[in-house]
Amino acid sequence: MSKALIGKKIGMSEYFCEDGSIVPVTICELGPCVVVQKKTVEKDGYHSLKVGYMDQKIQRLNKSIAEDLKKRGIAPKQIFREIDAFDESLDNGSIISCSIFAENDLVEVTGVSKGKGFAGVVKRHGFRGGRGSRGSNFNRAPGSIGACAYPSEVWKGQKMPGRHGTKTITVKNLKIVKVFEDKNVVLISGAVPGTKNSIIVVKAKAN
Amino acid sequence: MNTMQTIEKEMMPVEKTRNFYVGDTVKVHYKIVEGNRERVQVYEGIVIAINNKGISKTFTVRKISFDIGVERVFPVFSPRIAKIEVTRKGKTRRAKLYFLRERTGKSTKLKEKRTTAGSSANSTPENNASSAEGNSSQPQSE
Repeated sequence: MSKALIGKKIGMSEYFCEDGSIVPVTICELGPCVVVQKKTVEKDGYHSLKVGYMDQKIQRLNKSIAEDLKKRGIAPKQIFREIDAFDESLDNGSIISCSIFAENDLVEVTGVSKGKGFAGVVKRHGFRGGRGSRGSNFNRAPGSIGACAYPSEVWKGQKMPGRHGTKTITVKNLKIVKVFEDKNVVLISGAVPGTKNSIIVVKAKAN
Repeated sequence: MNTMQTIEKEMMPVEKTRNFYVGDTVKVHYKIVEGNRERVQVYEGIVIAINNKGISKTFTVRKISFDIGVERVFPVFSPRIAKIEVTRKGKTRRAKLYFLRERTGKSTKLKEKRTTAGSSANSTPENNASSAEGNSSQPQSE
């Protein structure tokens, strides 16, 4: 049951520690999120919270969501995610803000990584490639993929060129450096996946 | 102002707003930690560049040390900078004084800027410092 919150990546910056060392940080806007639905074991078979983030015009939502929110008396929201039911006191309509996180907390950040287009094996899978100079004709090619008499086929899952990026990935063990509660902003050390203004989910590290 | 700038501005120490310009000779009092002892080292030279990058803003100080040119880049907002003292104001028409790297001896000297009442009013450092506006009021050096 770890705390989590929906947010937005704002961009990267630097943070000066008191001793003068510099930490690269990502500025993230987190919440405030509103609990849209509290899922319970009795009703839904499992515990969780459906939370909404960022205001939206009601006419931009599809009817099933709009009517559902109306029934629950919750203002229209743009983004919905399901998170762990970390606090029993949270119920429909309650607001979660970034104050649930504190400095030095370890978190996992999930987001959609930047798209890299159609990439070769060196970029996509970290193949080493060949020598660039001295008459080398083997630069960034994947090399042999099926060998000779054995296996005389290309194995399933062989690493090949293809679309790279735009994948949901999670970066673990990032540290929260600072929390600006009034601005709904936290600074997370290191990089988080995605472009600027992309949606991320920040979750406290599971113990 | 977007969120990024707002947050960076919040983290900036107010007292560290710029009081020097490109071309000035400055003494940078820089704290150095040796083990658990802390001492202040003074580095003196000409500011040849100021790079505006929000809170990551830096300035480059060049000096000739034992006949070898040394350039050091300092982050303006670093807590390790105890003090920046301007010892001489240089007169320059450029934002980046990289041409000084090619020069040796007397030709590295810049003309001193006169900051008496008769000089151009809006470009004197005193005027800008007194406005106490921090980064936003200063001209962008491109």
